[in-house]
Amino acid sequence: MSRDAGRLSLILLFTPFALWILLLIILPQIGIGYVSIREKVGINTYEYGFKNYFDFITEPVYRNTLLRTAWMSILVTALALVIGFPIAWYIAKIARERSRAALFLMCLIPLWVSDLVRAYGWIVLLRETGVISMTLVKWGIISQPIEMLYNDMTVIIGLVYTVILFMIVPLVSTLQGMDDALLEAGYNLGGSRVTVFRRIIVPYAMPGIVAGCIITFMLTAGSYLTPILLGGKNSSWFTEQIYNQFITRYNWESGSAFGVSLLVFTSFVVWAGLRLTGQSLATTVAKE
Amino acid sequence: MQGSAGLMWIYRGYVVAFFLYLVAPLVAAGVFAFNDSMFPSLPWNGFTWDWFFSPSEPKLGLFHDGRLLQGLGNSLYIGVIVAALSVAVGTCNAFLFVRKEFRFKNALYVLMVVPLVIPGVILGISILVLASTIAGLADQWFGVFLTSLRPGIPLVVMGQFSFLVTITSLVIIARLEKFDISLEEAALNLGASRYRTLSTVTLPFLFPAMFSAFVVAFLVSFENFNTTLFLVGSDSPLTITMYDRMVKAGSTPVLNATSVVLMLGSGLLALLSIFAQRPKRA
Amino acid sequence: MYDLSCTDLTKTFGTFTAVSDVSLDIPSGSFFSILGPSGCGKTTLMRMIAGFERPTSGDIAIKGESVLKLPPNKRNVKMVFQHLALFPMMTVGENIAYGLRCRKEPKSEIAGKVARVLDRVGLPGNEDKKIDQLSGGQKQRIAIARCMVLEPDVLLLDEPLGALDLKLREHMKIELKQLQHQFETTFLYITHDQSEALVMSDNVAVMNTGRFEQIGAPKTLYDAPASGFVAGFVGDATVLEGKLGEVRGNQGRVILEGGKEVIGTVSDGSKSGDAVEVFLRPEALKLGEGESGCQLGGKVESLLFNGASSRILVQTGRNLIEVADPEQRSDVGEGSAVTVSWTPDRARIFARRPGSGAAA
Repeated sequence: MSRDAGRLSLILLFTPFALWILLLIILPQIGIGYVSIREKVGINTYEYGFKNYFDFITEPVYRNTLLRTAWMSILVTALALVIGFPIAWYIAKIARERSRAALFLMCLIPLWVSDLVRAYGWIVLLRETGVISMTLVKWGIISQPIEMLYNDMTVIIGLVYTVILFMIVPLVSTLQGMDDALLEAGYNLGGSRVTVFRRIIVPYAMPGIVAGCIITFMLTAGSYLTPILLGGKNSSWFTEQIYNQFITRYNWESGSAFGVSLLVFTSFVVWAGLRLTGQSLATTVAKE
Repeated sequence: MQGSAGLMWIYRGYVVAFFLYLVAPLVAAGVFAFNDSMFPSLPWNGFTWDWFFSPSEPKLGLFHDGRLLQGLGNSLYIGVIVAALSVAVGTCNAFLFVRKEFRFKNALYVLMVVPLVIPGVILGISILVLASTIAGLADQWFGVFLTSLRPGIPLVVMGQFSFLVTITSLVIIARLEKFDISLEEAALNLGASRYRTLSTVTLPFLFPAMFSAFVVAFLVSFENFNTTLFLVGSDSPLTITMYDRMVKAGSTPVLNATSVVLMLGSGLLALLSIFAQRPKRA
Repeated sequence: MYDLSCTDLTKTFGTFTAVSDVSLDIPSGSFFSILGPSGCGKTTLMRMIAGFERPTSGDIAIKGESVLKLPPNKRNVKMVFQHLALFPMMTVGENIAYGLRCRKEPKSEIAGKVARVLDRVGLPGNEDKKIDQLSGGQKQRIAIARCMVLEPDVLLLDEPLGALDLKLREHMKIELKQLQHQFETTFLYITHDQSEALVMSDNVAVMNTGRFEQIGAPKTLYDAPASGFVAGFVGDATVLEGKLGEVRGNQGRVILEGGKEVIGTVSDGSKSGDAVEVFLRPEALKLGEGESGCQLGGKVESLLFNGASSRILVQTGRNLIEVADPEQRSDVGEGSAVTVSWTPDRARIFARRPGSGAAA
């Protein structure tokens, strides 16, 4: 192939990539950054400054919502890891060849079903007139129906449910790549279960753990439906604040400031996670 | 692995409990589509197809509910367009990152992955802001009114496309990396032109991955809520319609019926894509 | 006229020279091999001939005409790839017909040609089989058929036997040679396996670090190697290191490390005082007394049984000498004291190769 043809095909292949990244990813981010430092002082007249951010920091409601979203996201991520790891281990290492594929597929089923349907399922189960409450009444365990929706516990259950697949899938694929001989060698050399787990399994599974945690955390922090539907109007989830600013109040300037704050915050957590574990984005998230 | 049988049974029990947790809400959402009642809750009043097929109120069935059907149509329309676009661009990206060498390749690769870790809500608002700014400027400077940059289907397509390209690219890159470059050389050696090599050897090899990527992109687009929420105009896709119904009108079993249809549809597509990815054995 | 000629062919990648000033002429209908260790540049040479790499300088001519300007899909040299590169999404018949279709041959003729070539490679009627239904040896034959149906001027084979297991490889060697006779096409075969090259070829070029060390018939390479590299790479040999002492005619006396002296034939331009190596083929050695200077005393270290290619390992000083033992003599046992001897013309002396040193 002549050099010119190679150059031409490089340009042809590069164009869609460049357009996509530039127009739909980079420019829009710059756009909200720009809007977030703008303040409307009259019709089509603006001032520039960090007032939106200042408002955000000084207003405890907003600040606390972000902190609450952050803590709950971290909690959900940790829970998903703790709950998901044994399942991933079972699928990757204990289940037989045949049931392995079936179990893995079963894990994926909820992935193919909309968030909305999943949240709706929980509502049907958990609300005051829901399946669980009514069944308990019928069996005489409780005397009258109880409302199980609209509390933090339910929101966490729902969120873990929504994101746990994204934890299990990378874990299973990493663990499947692990040679059983590594474990046998570990025991053979005199390791206890705890040391084998800590020294062999966890380091080996680290890329999968990091990938799972990043995706899980991002999805949780950025989720909207589950906290709103299961937590009700008072779920105080940060994405809800963004929605309120943008759509309800039509205050794009402060909405953008909120958006940028969320982005900065989640990026920071992802960056810190990658740093702490010595992984990179390209080797973890992109590996699936 | 060694370990007492008792512990093993506890472990198995845990796995079973986990899978119950996974399917419980889906079953709950599904079953009540067939309950002959005005509410998706107990008691069980007997089996009915009304929530799918009944032509009249009060139990207006899904297949006669104009707004839901309209939403379904919009979702299909958006999904097909978005999936086709993202597979096309994803294929280009795959060739770009697997076959070509250029400066800053690693940094650009990371940039390609980044949309996956930007919360969907932020993609939504940022594209909304940019599009509206451009539309505003066009209006102000040239007096052109760009409807396609106002909330509506074109913006929804752009919003979903912005992160789906990452997914399709990764799927297709994985397959292209497994491609043995000597197959292309063999085709050239046997006298095929570059174009013929691409269409008879390389693309057929990539096709299963492109198909899976299409299905995944379609399903994710169909289910997407967070990004879509900010970009939607009057033609809302099904998830938005359902959400509105849920929040405003309260839930009736017609939503369960819709859920059943969605679960069946996406389950079927997912199976299709799995079979397409599986190597054929004669 | 030669089917394939390369003249002063050079290929550099940056500062690395993969192929350096290589010339070769392959007569029509012959089986020519390029033999060399991995990384010697043989694959690059073949890829230049096929058109996948552009030479830095030099010329390639097929049937007397330069093909440098032709893209790979216009050259009438066909190639059997290392991993065969059969198209997995096509049937056997489609694979073979691929080149014919590219040439836009009429459909009616294609089927006949495919059937005939399948017949010639001994797999008649297999058009509709899938590639993964074939055994390793069958795939090999299909890969050759796919090229031969196009009646190329030269068939290039890039270590096609590498992926096969040992038994099949032995079998395919003979079969390839038969196919070449049958098609009467020029084969250019590259390999790192000396036995493949020796068994099949009319001529072999031994390649090392981008250059040809020697071109010749297999027997010439074996019996009269032109360099230490060829002597060491083609066939087995025990190598004794030392310093060349007195040279008389072409016979030289080598003082081995440890002080012993042996006599052999100086086979390159080595001078008295040079660091040299003495190459002894196992089958040129026998147990028992020989002429003075053409023997070394030692102790049997071990007996390696391998049927007709059994060996006796004899420890002499620092060196371990391999002696052929085709009859598996029963009169020597481990530990017996023996003398190894040879005739001076079968002990070849070459300048010491770079990289081989005290460690050997």
